[in-house]
Amino acid sequence: MSEEPLLAVERLSIDFETEGRVAHILREVSLEVPARRHVALVGESGCGKSVTMRAIMGLLTTPPAKFRGGEIRFDGANLLRLSGREREALRGTAMSMVFQDPTSSLNPVFTIGDQMGSILKYADRRLKRSRNAVERKARIAEVLGQVRMADPERISRAYPVMLSGGMRQRILIAMALLSEPRLLIADEPGTALDVTTQAQILKLLRELVEARGLALLMITHNLGVVRESADHVFVMYAGCVVEQGPTHAVFAKPRHPYTRALMACIPKLSGGGAMRGIDGSLPDYSAPPPGCRFEPRCPLAVSACLKAPPHFEVAQGQSAACWRLEATE
Amino acid sequence: MSEPLIDIVGVSKAFPIRGGLFGGSRGEVRAVNDVSFRLDRGEVFGLAGESGSGKSTIARMILGLEAPTAGAILIEGRDFADERDWRKRSPVVQMVFQNPGSSLNPRRSVGDSIAVPLAARGLERPARRRRIAELIEQVQLPANFAERYPYELSGGQKQRVAIARALAAEPKLIVLDEPTSALDVSVQAKIIELLDELRLRLGLTYIFISHDLSLMRAFANRVGVLYLGRLIETGPTDALFERPAHPYTRALLSAVPVVSDEEEALKPREPTVEGEIPNPANMPTGCVFHPRCPHVMATCRAQIPGPDQVGPEHIANCHLLRSSDARATHPLLLQESRQ
Amino acid sequence: MSQATAEVAATSRRWRRFRRNPTAAVGLAIVALVVLAAIFAPWISPYPDHVGAVVNFRARHQPPSAHYWLGTDNVGRDILTRVLFGYRISLILAATVLIFAVPVGVVLGLLAGYFGGWTETIIMRANDIALAIPPLVMALAVTTVLTPSLVHSMLAIAALWWTWHTRLIFSIVRTLRQQEFVEAAKTLGASRFHILFRELLPNCASAILVKTSLDFGFVILVGAALSYLGLGVQPPTPDLGTMVASGADFLPERWWESLFPGAAILVAALGFNLLGDGLRDLFDVESV
Repeated sequence: MSEEPLLAVERLSIDFETEGRVAHILREVSLEVPARRHVALVGESGCGKSVTMRAIMGLLTTPPAKFRGGEIRFDGANLLRLSGREREALRGTAMSMVFQDPTSSLNPVFTIGDQMGSILKYADRRLKRSRNAVERKARIAEVLGQVRMADPERISRAYPVMLSGGMRQRILIAMALLSEPRLLIADEPGTALDVTTQAQILKLLRELVEARGLALLMITHNLGVVRESADHVFVMYAGCVVEQGPTHAVFAKPRHPYTRALMACIPKLSGGGAMRGIDGSLPDYSAPPPGCRFEPRCPLAVSACLKAPPHFEVAQGQSAACWRLEATE
Repeated sequence: MSEPLIDIVGVSKAFPIRGGLFGGSRGEVRAVNDVSFRLDRGEVFGLAGESGSGKSTIARMILGLEAPTAGAILIEGRDFADERDWRKRSPVVQMVFQNPGSSLNPRRSVGDSIAVPLAARGLERPARRRRIAELIEQVQLPANFAERYPYELSGGQKQRVAIARALAAEPKLIVLDEPTSALDVSVQAKIIELLDELRLRLGLTYIFISHDLSLMRAFANRVGVLYLGRLIETGPTDALFERPAHPYTRALLSAVPVVSDEEEALKPREPTVEGEIPNPANMPTGCVFHPRCPHVMATCRAQIPGPDQVGPEHIANCHLLRSSDARATHPLLLQESRQ
Repeated sequence: MSQATAEVAATSRRWRRFRRNPTAAVGLAIVALVVLAAIFAPWISPYPDHVGAVVNFRARHQPPSAHYWLGTDNVGRDILTRVLFGYRISLILAATVLIFAVPVGVVLGLLAGYFGGWTETIIMRANDIALAIPPLVMALAVTTVLTPSLVHSMLAIAALWWTWHTRLIFSIVRTLRQQEFVEAAKTLGASRFHILFRELLPNCASAILVKTSLDFGFVILVGAALSYLGLGVQPPTPDLGTMVASGADFLPERWWESLFPGAAILVAALGFNLLGDGLRDLFDVESV
């Protein structure tokens, strides 16, 4: 059954113009997030994953950002064609975001209950629903239960500083769930937390996807986290999606030279095998390579790579944008 | 050579909680509790732990930024615990800090930052310049970087400068406090490679602090696991990772997100540990891990477990290893008997 | 950030940003004009001899005209000339006060912020006491005990002005002190002098620069107020405040005698304020 995914980004290209220079940040980025699926967008710093995320949420300021092409379709509608007001109506309601740092994302001078209450009020206003204080409290308790927080009454009355990092992250997730969103975008979930707490958070997110049928787009740089929890992964490098596919397939057999190089960088818990780095650095976005953006650093680069490669299907549902796929069999 | 380079003996650190109108003491937070370990020259000792484990406090005490409230820090036989004269300390221990963005003075060029320990030692300007050039080369940065400023550098480059600066003091021991956690993996590998090469070439010794256990496996040759200020398990890296004895070590290992099936198979089979690390101000009685331990017994609440040998040089502090019936059901031993 | 992107020279970026910032540009332009006017006053003023004890009764109280662009005062002296020379006095006053107040204030702030403990208590409590004294009252006291003059009013203002800088630097250093590079300097064996003046002070530079440019404007205003009250510069030396005071007697018919000196004070203070604001915007962007 080929159903239109809930979120589809198609060949999105974005430029940033500052101080007279134009940086071509995103080039033809495409990704999909179907309902009931946990999709990861993974890449190192500077690859453009945050820009992609903000473009989806409508948080990019234009200028300096400039959309050069492509579409972002949510539930069939092209978000880029909607007015600011329509876009805002979607944000925080049908599509919700869980921020990265639980410490700085919560306002320290308001109680959790107050903060969640305001979010709910604004969301309801946008959805043209009205709830009174009692109903709001009930909804807040309901959502806190969904993120496995016992004693919602006590939590509501607490200030963020009284809660641990893990609890605060759960609250951020709860805040995102208040408006019954269909798409959740999680920015580096659990990165600021301890490994044991992070494991709990990832487990929670998996449960939410399965039990509540959410579509989850996770933005991260941590490949281990992707493998633990995502169904599908999109690997980004220098503003392009270089490889994508079902998580287990991509991890078992990465085909794009960048994905392979990246995996080789990661130390193994089982020990043995030296970690290798990747020589070189990100290209200058104002003068990027004309073809494949990884070409200057790629051990397999040939002259054909001066022309941008399209995605080639390498396995069921898995594709990579590379001319040298025969070398990575 | 039997004398270790550094010997940490029974080190504790308690921070008073200030309260009341005049800032009187209202109790204390024991950030580090009776920690002991030793290193030989050329070793890399890894300190693993999550937040509240005390690993940063230990680093700061070794460096001299905090004084221990108990215990001794012996470096080459001499106790540095109370040494306040930085001139005496700086050629002994140095640190590479976690955040490359804030460990370099944004208003000083690369050359100026590296010059700090050289000037402190009284090196004259021409000699200083030569030494700076040497160090920049040693950390594999281009020669012209001496004039650059931190904001012009990438994270990895900044860390290289921080390493060069630490080396300039010619220390015997370098404490690496999460040196790569702010960097991308592709850069991390190169920095670790550099550190390893320097260690071999210059005969350095490292204390490597990290929350990343996979990295610990790759880099450290001995590891100590900290929980709430106590060292609950220490041992050679391979032994500790392949045969983790303490339930917390096992829980930690099972929570590590790995990227391959073979690593997944290696992880101990433990349920996701519940709860969170308690506030160090409310230290649990007995074994610090008992409130979250899936194998908790009555004695765990009452008594702090002492060290027990699990293998050669491999020690863990857990009551499960003591009681004979508990030993029969110890997950590690069960795992082995199944094999 | 890739190496290539980072290679744009800092100064050219800063300069471009500065040019685009209208506040800073206008401020700089005004300040430049004022300073140049002050420096070249003897050569560009139409009646340079009017600064002395000159009396020109035939041209008293002349409104602005082709001969006297800003009119003349009650003894017939050209106001434009006296305004230009008045700028000299104002700028000298401000510069002298700040040359004393800024270094003293900064050093005390550094010491109090870095060492804490008793050093902090002594310095900051002294600071609090000094802050409680209004500068004008202080000036009144000083010039009553000693005779009113430019030097004495400078003394009075400077004696209290350092307190603002101490406060500012103290709070900056208190936060900076926790930064890793300061701890690193300690462990690397750097001397305390080095940490204070080579590590911490450069990080305060932008704040000092901004505050000092704003201060120029404020000191000029305080100086003008003192002269207006007769406590500062004594006649016949041209001073903007004194000119406003003596011109006030002839308001509203001979409006130019107060208005133009007053406007000159305004322009100078405004210029420095805009410059300071602009510099602050500039440095804020960079510190992010």
